[in-house]
Amino acid sequence: MALLEVERLTKFYGDSRALSDVTFKIKKGQFVAVIGPSGSGKTTLIRCINRLIDASDGSIRYDKEDILALKGAALRHARAKIGMIFQHYNLVYRLTVIENVLHGRLGYKSSIAGVLGMYTEEEKTKAVEVLQLLGLEDYVYRRCDQLSGGQKQRVGIARALVQDPRMILCDEPISSLDPSSAKIIMDYLRRIQKDLGITILVNLHQVDVAKRYAERILGFNAGHLVFDGPPSELNKKRIHEIYGTEAGELIID
Amino acid sequence: MSSLLIEKTSPTAYFRKQKLTLTLFLLGMIFVSWGASVLTQFDLFDAFAAIPRVAAWMTANLLPDAKAWSRLPRILDKLWDTILMSVMASVAASVVSFVFAILGSVTTRPNGVFAFLARTIASINRNIPVAAWAMIFLLSFGQSSFTGFLALFFATFGFLTRAFMETIDEASASSVEALRAAGASYSQVIAQAVIPASLPQMMSWVLYMVETNIRSATLVGLLTGSGIGFMFSVYYKSLQYRSASLVVLSIVVVVLAIELISNAVRRVIL
Repeated sequence: MALLEVERLTKFYGDSRALSDVTFKIKKGQFVAVIGPSGSGKTTLIRCINRLIDASDGSIRYDKEDILALKGAALRHARAKIGMIFQHYNLVYRLTVIENVLHGRLGYKSSIAGVLGMYTEEEKTKAVEVLQLLGLEDYVYRRCDQLSGGQKQRVGIARALVQDPRMILCDEPISSLDPSSAKIIMDYLRRIQKDLGITILVNLHQVDVAKRYAERILGFNAGHLVFDGPPSELNKKRIHEIYGTEAGELIID
Repeated sequence: MSSLLIEKTSPTAYFRKQKLTLTLFLLGMIFVSWGASVLTQFDLFDAFAAIPRVAAWMTANLLPDAKAWSRLPRILDKLWDTILMSVMASVAASVVSFVFAILGSVTTRPNGVFAFLARTIASINRNIPVAAWAMIFLLSFGQSSFTGFLALFFATFGFLTRAFMETIDEASASSVEALRAAGASYSQVIAQAVIPASLPQMMSWVLYMVETNIRSATLVGLLTGSGIGFMFSVYYKSLQYRSASLVVLSIVVVVLAIELISNAVRRVIL
């Protein structure tokens, strides 16, 4: 059963097409990587799915809901069921780790309770549990600007997890991290997919990482979906098609 | 191509060219200054030569005497009024500015129309100097401290709105995106991301405006007949220079003290 169905998705910025007629389905619990050169539409695709960017044409169905038709409270509820983590973590650095994690619950709360930061005991317990899962139990009350890059990204993952999402969108989650922190983050994403059955859709710049972690890879070039298959089918020729000849050679060597 | 071109230039030639450019620039500057002084009949050397005489005159006529010191309590009293006035104007303006900044900033604006209006109103206010505000309100409200308050309020509002908008965009744009992605409502985003991320920087701007306004309050008081500026103009116009200079001295001391205090506060909050 498909959790996410994207059909003929198109996005224009002025006259330029960022996405052209993109169609694919993602099954529940899959680990899918999206690769492609800068400006190929990866980021636009991820942001269209939770409506941070409004698509120009096409349709997106998530959990049987027509995402592009949603408004107001319905849109908030749909977003609450989709987690998201970012390249630059996008935390409120002056707040503590647990305050940032609890932000993941805002989509489920009434406006006034959220404004006043009134979280229930269950929500607070849940936040601490998630932080334990991510090895951050010693940093619960630490301010986020005191954390390392890898720790900040784990807070980002924790914030997505307390949303109880069925899918987590990851926009280049390891592009600002050193190799060992990057590996830790990718391993956590895999554990989340395997143990919790959460679908992962992750934008990556690193083809080798995508091949190692993903069950399925989507390759974009100039807004077109030019590759859709398992990592084993991503051969030299296909990489050239996605990245163009010169860059492709560098990636393969 | 470009790397080849760079290689053709030897380091000696490169640095010689750099020195030549600098020398020509300095000669140009000297010429412009000289030309300007001829045109305006201002003689720089005369001006410098006058400094000893001016200093002598100042010590003879501006040092506060016993009579001036006896007026110190009254001066301090007015100065206190002025400090309160500037704090009040800054705080009141900062509240209004915050609302306008939320409406006008790229990160938090609810729609384009509000944003345009907020930015335009703030921009008009910012580009009218505080002295002009004082004159405008002087015509409508006459000589009173309320006039002074309004002048400071509007000038501060214009500046702070701009500063707050930039602070919001700089400090909170990324976390606002994350909270929206998690399904947070507009008011939740403001309360949970925008305010915690930008409040310290905003407070720093308000402190800066308090300092600036104490300085401006002197000028505004001069024009609107209130506060310490009024005291200064009374002494000055009645030729009591020694008392007038004590007013200036006490303003300097207070401004320095406020600066020290606000720097200390900044160190704590930032």
